[in-house]
Amino acid sequence: MKERLRNKMMELYTRRRLANAAGLTISVLAMGFGLFWLCWILWTLLVHGLPALTAEVFTKMTPPPGSSGGLWNAIFGSLMMTLGGTLIGTPIGILAGTYLAEFGQRGWLAPFTRFINDILLSAPSIVIGLFVYEVYVVHVKHFSGWAGTLALAIIVIPIVIRTTENMLRLVPSTLREAAAALGAPQWKIVNFVTLRAARAGIITGVMLAIARISGETAPLLFTSLNNQFWNDDMNQPMANLPVVIFQFAMSPYEDWQKLAWAGALLITFSVLTLNILARVLFRQNASTH
Amino acid sequence: MNAENSVKPKVVVKDLNFFYGKYRALKDINLDIADKKVTAFIGPSGCGKSTLLRTFNRMYQLYPQQTATGSIVLDGDNILDKNQDLNKLRAKVGMVFQKPTPFPMSIYDNIAFGVKLYQNLNKNDMTERVEWALRKAALWDEVKDKLTQSGMGLSGGQQQRLCIARAIAVKPQVLLLDEPTSALDPISTAHIEKLIDELKEDFTIVIVTHNMQQAARVSDYTAYMYLGDLIEFGDTSSVFTNPKRKETEDYITGRFG
Repeated sequence: MKERLRNKMMELYTRRRLANAAGLTISVLAMGFGLFWLCWILWTLLVHGLPALTAEVFTKMTPPPGSSGGLWNAIFGSLMMTLGGTLIGTPIGILAGTYLAEFGQRGWLAPFTRFINDILLSAPSIVIGLFVYEVYVVHVKHFSGWAGTLALAIIVIPIVIRTTENMLRLVPSTLREAAAALGAPQWKIVNFVTLRAARAGIITGVMLAIARISGETAPLLFTSLNNQFWNDDMNQPMANLPVVIFQFAMSPYEDWQKLAWAGALLITFSVLTLNILARVLFRQNASTH
Repeated sequence: MNAENSVKPKVVVKDLNFFYGKYRALKDINLDIADKKVTAFIGPSGCGKSTLLRTFNRMYQLYPQQTATGSIVLDGDNILDKNQDLNKLRAKVGMVFQKPTPFPMSIYDNIAFGVKLYQNLNKNDMTERVEWALRKAALWDEVKDKLTQSGMGLSGGQQQRLCIARAIAVKPQVLLLDEPTSALDPISTAHIEKLIDELKEDFTIVIVTHNMQQAARVSDYTAYMYLGDLIEFGDTSSVFTNPKRKETEDYITGRFG
């Protein structure tokens, strides 16, 4: 009797071990498959991009075919529009996310906003580019850095709303109750307690939003377009890395293609840096809280 | 149920009913909380003791689904009244929670946060008040050299005493303690129990506890609750040594719960 029970248990144990090994193998293979392509992409980028990444890239303007040049005007334009989009989108996103998490418990406005925001979050970025083209570019009758900034801001807003709301929801309700129990009005609870407690997560969200917009091409194609020359007037068409890469990579000229590789490398590594920074920051703060 | 006629009640609860949505969590509760004494609520999980405690500062108001009917009279005012100013009520009735809840700011600011809501103290007076509260909460000696450090860096027991200091810094009249030691080790628990004994000179204290020995040690009056009903209420020694109701006896002797 006892013997039989033991045999049965061993059988069960062996079966579980086999199932575990099989599951582990499949997941490792899946991870390897994903990593393989990712490494290949990074490798290709390094092989083609590193030789093209000369000092001229950071000092000279985008050249006409056949002559030497760099990407400085595109780098500058990308920085300006990314910065502008972040500066406009972040406050709106944080305020709206705070409303959703802290104030919108009653009524229909919050669920409705959340639903719309989810749609905006998953909207293809080309649609946003077309939207800005239709409501802004068509009316002022020219492409401009401002239009590009606007399109990027519209991409930033839903990302920041979502992360702000999620991070505020992670703040334990006991902390909110503790502040309320002292008699603090809600705006003080939100300002001094919950937003502070969620600060690291919200900053991480903003950084991820920056990483996302610094590689967007489609919304800029219809808004800031491109500019071969140096331009620091936001009211004029502005060069930017993604559109330059798009244009140069498709061209038959070898020196343009080389610059496209250099630009691609630049974007990829600045996004990578931002992502790593966001992770490090979040982990640091998560461990001290 | 009146605890003792000779003691002046600080809070008078009459026909209190409480609802989570449609679920009735408190059923016709009547009791008096004695001034400058410790009253303990005991009972098994889900009996409504925390719910009852949270009506005293209208904590439930944060959640739209929760409602209370009946009356709770504090110093002649019915605090359940719609016109009751919640912030004024919470200045009078402080609360400490089960889990320590330091705010994400320095130890000093943790204490000053509540005081600033009601009083405009200059820097010296505020520093004095912070020290007073930390001394009252028996935490001063441990933190006096690191007031600018984050309150989250303290140990669990210290955090809980910080929360008590934060609550009393506002100088409330009633102090609500919702299982204040259930997340703490025995030494920190002993600290806090000693503290409760000292604090009752200045404050009316109501404590919810799962620990019957704790109720017996720290309280003057004990209320036993079960499934939303107040089963028995009286002075602690008679509830524990000579309970009138069989349900109470079963619970405190460990036959149930």
